Amino acid sequence: MATMPGWFFEEPRPERRVRGKKEFIVAEEKSGAAILVESLVKQGVEFVFGYPGGAVLPIYDELFADTRLRHILVRHEAGAAHAAEGYARSTGKPGVVLVTSGPGATNAITGIADAFMDSIPLVVITGQVATNLIGTDAFQEADTIGLTRHCTKHNYLVKDPAELAATIDEAFQIATSGRPGPVVVDIPKNVQVAVATWQDGPVQRRMRYVPQMAGSADEIAQAVEMIARAERPILYTGGGVINSGPRAAELLRRFQKLTGAPLTSTLMGLGAFPADHPDWLGMLGMHGTYEANLAMNQCDVMVNIGARFDDRVTGRLDAFSPNSEKIHIDIDRSSINKVIPVDLGIVGDCATVLDQLIQAWGSRKGADLSEWKARIEGWRAKESLAYPQQREGGEIMPQRAIERLHALTKDKEPVITTEVGQHQMWAAQYFGFDKPNKWLTSGGLGTMGYGLPAAIGAQLGNPGRLVIDIAGEASIQMNIQELGTATQFRLPVKVFILNNEYMGMVRQWQELTYESRYSNSYSDSLPDFVRLAESYGWKGIRIHDESELDAGIMEMIAHDGPVMVDCQVSKEANCFPMIPSGAAHTEMLLYGDMVAGTMDDEAKALV
Amino acid sequence: MKIQHRETERHVLTIIVDNEAGILAKIAGLFTARGYNIDSLTVADITENHAVSRITIVTNGPPAVIDQIHAQLERLVPVHKVIDLTEVGPHVERELALIKVAGKGDNRVEALRVAELFRAKVVDTTTQSFVFELTGTPEKIDSFIALMRELGLVEVGRTGVVGMMRGPETA
Repeated sequence: MATMPGWFFEEPRPERRVRGKKEFIVAEEKSGAAILVESLVKQGVEFVFGYPGGAVLPIYDELFADTRLRHILVRHEAGAAHAAEGYARSTGKPGVVLVTSGPGATNAITGIADAFMDSIPLVVITGQVATNLIGTDAFQEADTIGLTRHCTKHNYLVKDPAELAATIDEAFQIATSGRPGPVVVDIPKNVQVAVATWQDGPVQRRMRYVPQMAGSADEIAQAVEMIARAERPILYTGGGVINSGPRAAELLRRFQKLTGAPLTSTLMGLGAFPADHPDWLGMLGMHGTYEANLAMNQCDVMVNIGARFDDRVTGRLDAFSPNSEKIHIDIDRSSINKVIPVDLGIVGDCATVLDQLIQAWGSRKGADLSEWKARIEGWRAKESLAYPQQREGGEIMPQRAIERLHALTKDKEPVITTEVGQHQMWAAQYFGFDKPNKWLTSGGLGTMGYGLPAAIGAQLGNPGRLVIDIAGEASIQMNIQELGTATQFRLPVKVFILNNEYMGMVRQWQELTYESRYSNSYSDSLPDFVRLAESYGWKGIRIHDESELDAGIMEMIAHDGPVMVDCQVSKEANCFPMIPSGAAHTEMLLYGDMVAGTMDDEAKALV
Repeated sequence: MKIQHRETERHVLTIIVDNEAGILAKIAGLFTARGYNIDSLTVADITENHAVSRITIVTNGPPAVIDQIHAQLERLVPVHKVIDLTEVGPHVERELALIKVAGKGDNRVEALRVAELFRAKVVDTTTQSFVFELTGTPEKIDSFIALMRELGLVEVGRTGVVGMMRGPETA
């Protein structure tokens, strides 16, 4: 072969670090565990979320008395991964996880898969049995690389401590650039103990992962042309805008101002655009607003910025926005044309492409959108988020609880995490978000048990900020052991449980689809959440009826420490509006549309 | 309710990858996990230092799925390049097969005659059998095997397709 392709190895660059006046590179023998710790420090890691075990003992010994990294001991490895996600999403920095082999790794997998679906940068270090034991069914052996192959952006088995520094460097680069995601680095125990030469300089980087950041000039010009002549444009934004960093949200606001186009967002994208803006349509999709879904259906030019046409957003595909030209901006080329064929795909980073669009737009004026906006106002007048207000005996409507929580905390710009289910949708619908990185929820994988550990990670990354996990009584029990983590590290996180004694979303689907046969959706044998909280050293508050709601929320905020609120809400309330399974955007159910009964098999098969 | 099936077309993909542990499992697993088809798959390293491998996959699917396969493969970190040979146009496809035929008498003579017509090589012989080596397009090998079936075919081994663009351009 004549020449090696350019992507092979970059020329080694013997850069020298200047200390004082003398130049030198420190080269010394270090164990794999010590090299790992040095590499993490070099990446600027503040926190390692982890749980010790046999196959990571050499690493834990290195962490002992090392003050540069702070290890956060969780109570279950899934908690470590979710806490790292919460840290990453609220700070924009990668989260780092350290778990042992076998069950340590398998327990972490739910969090890794969650980060993969929601594109969250994680570097997960897993211990592995010694290389000579791999494949022998050794104690606490699991094929971590095989198990995580399809729920990581990339993974490594490190067989030599000499490869460790470069591997960790590349792992961070891959996790944080392009479409972010989790990277697993599996390190056998003997590789942690064995020594290699370690240099205190930059590592030689393999330049094999270089994501495309900007769109081509042609694509940008075409997009501007399409948007400028649109009579009924809509901006449909997603988690890509959040992942691209706060600048992307800033640029999105500027671009919206230039075009005047109404804007809707996916669950993942909430916060990129202010919820009190007149052109904000609310969230779209299965539990999105009437105006957002109807505008998507009736638009003539749709601009998808960092979203991925998820099935929860599109509803029935053949009825999805039938008469529009579609532009899709995504950093992941495989997202374009995956579900919905588009007229113009632009592969690139949201902030970079938005900047290009703003430059190309220049001083032009868009079409007159007043007619379009008048139609939208007509849909908005349906008040699709309205719900019954007065209840007998002061019963609290869960929607009301979220609205009050928002009203009483918005000055503090809290970080909100959630579990998964009805409470999650109510939080998305009724808590008005206006800044990015303040809304952390498990969107793609839909992981119950996400919210509490995520709140812990977010609190560590945002000391002094109010962090609230809006939870359901069923979800919170999935990682309730993490109450102890918050106590140990003195983290004043708040858990606000909307307790309706049901796995509410399951029950709602059983009402709509299975003639209200509530198969296993009742939350029986619940703990006394107040006493449970107190037993972990938390404050516990119970709210029975609406007259206590504001005082209870204020008491929660005022307490300098972790608080769990058991807010007992209406047991029958359901989450509306709703596009039922297999239906189109135009077939929304609003509150009070009494629907119950059965569905045909086609609809049942669509989750 | 019935499961629906869609019209498919055949594509030959050449994939240039880092020759690292697990890469084959990663690519094969991607096809399984996303419900894509593999008709044949070949892999071998192609550089002196064993750092890069070339994988050829013959797949079939509707055009949109083929495009997705292309994009999903390119998304993998160790994948440097994916070339859809069917899409780029003129290209050669070759496959190697070993075909064992057992028998005596006229069938044996006829098998040897047909093998000559196909330019198959005899790589092993006994008084009761031949092993033929045949290189060609999958269709050529298919038709040779079809003929041999009547003449005492007992065993077939095929490598799967390797492909390359025609002309001076490289993949």
